[in-house]
Amino acid sequence: MKVLWLQSAGCGGCTQSMLCSAPRSLFDELSDAGIEFLWHPALSLESGEEALAVLEGCAEGRLAFDVLCVEGAMLRGPNGSGKFHLMAGNGRPLTEWVERLSRQAKWVFAIGSCTAYGGLSASTPGNPLEACGLQYDTDTPGGLLGAGFRSSGGLPVVNIAGCPTHPGWIVDTLEKLALEGLSAADLDEVGRPLLYADQLVHHGCARNEYYEFKASAEKHSDLGCLMENLGCKGTQAHADCNLRPWNGSGSCLRGGFACIACTEPGFESPGHAFQQTPKLAGIPIGLPTDMPKAWFVALAALSKSATPKRVRDNAVVDHTVIRPAVKKAGK
Amino acid sequence: MKRIQLGPFNRVEGDLEVSLDVEAGQVVSAQVNSPLFRGFEQILIGRAPEDALAIVPRICGICSVAQSAAAAAALADIAGVTPPPNGLLAQRLIQSTENLADHLTHFYLFFMPDFARSAYAGRHWHGDVAARFMAVKGKAAEPVLQARAHFFNLIGVLAGRWPHTLALQAGGTTKAMTPAERIRVLALLREFRAFLETVLIGDTLESFASLNTEQALLAWAEGRNADFPMFLRAAGDLALEKAGRATDCFLSYGAYGLFESGLWQPNAAVDTLKSAEITEDPRHAWLAESSPLPPAVGETILDAEKSGAYTWCKAPRYAGQVVETGALARQVVAGNHLLRDLVGRHGGSVTARVVARMIELASVLPAMEQWVRDIVPGEAFCYPATLPESGEGVGLVEAARGSLGHWLSIKRGRIDRYQIIAPTTWNFSPRDREGQPGPLEQALVGLPAGDGALPIVQHVVRSFDPCMVCTVH
Ligand code: SF4
Repeated sequence: MKVLWLQSAGCGGCTQSMLCSAPRSLFDELSDAGIEFLWHPALSLESGEEALAVLEGCAEGRLAFDVLCVEGAMLRGPNGSGKFHLMAGNGRPLTEWVERLSRQAKWVFAIGSCTAYGGLSASTPGNPLEACGLQYDTDTPGGLLGAGFRSSGGLPVVNIAGCPTHPGWIVDTLEKLALEGLSAADLDEVGRPLLYADQLVHHGCARNEYYEFKASAEKHSDLGCLMENLGCKGTQAHADCNLRPWNGSGSCLRGGFACIACTEPGFESPGHAFQQTPKLAGIPIGLPTDMPKAWFVALAALSKSATPKRVRDNAVVDHTVIRPAVKKAGK
Repeated sequence: MKRIQLGPFNRVEGDLEVSLDVEAGQVVSAQVNSPLFRGFEQILIGRAPEDALAIVPRICGICSVAQSAAAAAALADIAGVTPPPNGLLAQRLIQSTENLADHLTHFYLFFMPDFARSAYAGRHWHGDVAARFMAVKGKAAEPVLQARAHFFNLIGVLAGRWPHTLALQAGGTTKAMTPAERIRVLALLREFRAFLETVLIGDTLESFASLNTEQALLAWAEGRNADFPMFLRAAGDLALEKAGRATDCFLSYGAYGLFESGLWQPNAAVDTLKSAEITEDPRHAWLAESSPLPPAVGETILDAEKSGAYTWCKAPRYAGQVVETGALARQVVAGNHLLRDLVGRHGGSVTARVVARMIELASVLPAMEQWVRDIVPGEAFCYPATLPESGEGVGLVEAARGSLGHWLSIKRGRIDRYQIIAPTTWNFSPRDREGQPGPLEQALVGLPAGDGALPIVQHVVRSFDPCMVCTVH
């Protein structure tokens, strides 16, 4: 399976993240599954004219490829000209290249939240860049390719959302496609592969015990749950970050900072400070999506009253001050 | 005279186009274009000041932590807070992990594949180099991706993930290292050291880092079986120690308490860094015309139709001068003997820039081992930082590619102005209003180009390890 990769208005971080693929090194992992890069801007030898020849061949249908991966938002401005990002050495807008290549690709993958939904590039007030995702403007279908777009393989754009994407999300989706095929049933409502988006970030968070008792962190580096005060959206964000570790053993929560829901459309403009939980009458506004508010409030009150001292005290310091008690055998 | 346009100039971070005017097979003039504009300085305006910590890492996927560190430093400057010793050590460890990993990524994935080009077939080193460094398929790819991924596990422990962590804060870091993690981090450092010593350098880090002249370096490399000495053989054959000289004025903001800040020029003592001397000139950028402004009062206003403009990048200048930044600048300013000797003999060059990155790998890793030991378990990693309603702050740090500055002002509790000068903004700047070309534009003049020319231009451009997404941001 041949993969053609383009970068536009993003930071390149999804490629950098992908290169951290583990346990096997990225190239071996992919080549054993029969996947190769036809051209990748950060990795391939071909530069300048040689690279343009590859891209032109693909756009004209002379050079076969399977998956078009695009990394970075689409910039249509100023005034629809696409001048905010012209292809170096060629002078045509990247948006035009992406449209031409999408018509030839069997499948189109949006790599990262900015490619999928517009992301940070689309978040300047008034959107002067006229930025959008490949097939979405935030969560509204449309974007560059239009709501009705289907690649020749019969799928809408596959949105591997995340800012950045976990290497496993890209690699596993590519391998699923190469080895078993990918169908519309494998994607969620906003085009994300269910192989990582059928979980919430909250699942498997090392702070779950603090969450249960609403024992909350009050300041940076505290061990408690980050939902009540420090902006954590793990109970609403779709991704398996705490089940599929980042960089060996990490996750945002393990790193001590809030999940900012970077896999969700519109995460970049939450309408409040990222690291503060917006509250109404002392109750966080962004409650778990599938839990009635009254229940949550009742449960929270109950669990707060039942919080063990260990959990309460450890929640507001940066290292364990009370260890879990050790029971005597047979008691 | 013939104009050649090189683009997409790949294996750099982001988008780059280089135009060369060529006469009789030689570059007589060069123009560097950063063809992508994203407008982060506008995105930040009106946000809560701490939001910068979530937004600026996303300027760049390869120096994301450096962007965080600059924002955290600017916020700390405004809040008047200094992180506790553990917090400073953790910040340094996170930052240096990224910087060293970037040096590795640059050498193996971005820079060396050009030496595998068929244009060099028949050179005595070409067979070995091609087998090892061919893009994607070379034998070095597997071990280096493995080593890089494992090294980044250190950031997994100390900052949750890479890129785009929110662990760096004005008051320190959000993650206190546990005693168990301390053991793990030391193990990761040992693993990375083993890779550097056996695969990349072919010697102990300490003995390589103590080389102090070009002559000693060449004698050391003779017959040594490792990847960096292999580069030195190719570089010697192609005389890359004489290719790619820019202005030989080097700027560094100073790094990790190990490397001094300052400005170095030939035949002068290192000058103290005066950040008030920094200005940005929009003359040749598609940005509204203004006189060169200090970043604290700088503007980024679009003018996509401006005549005479050829890039989205402003031209930063230090006291009106064109300066180079990066690992070479950092080491020359800091007084490294080997790099001062190389620059003294030939000026800045492809070889000197690569050697400087190797010297940093060899000299920063032992410091990292020490910083981990200096962390005191149980003591604080983060102090609270309270921001005033209004204020101004500056964050100056060193990214892998050089000096990175954030100038921030807040009013009524919101970001009012945010200006960023990234390393490649310096190195790949366009001409200024005096007509002075930027460092790369100068470094390309005189190189062979056009039909049948060796790809020296490719080496010179990539020797700066450009990061284009940062350049314009
Ligand atoms: S910190 Fe966030 S993800 Fe973790 S338990 Fe609390 S709400 Fe869930």
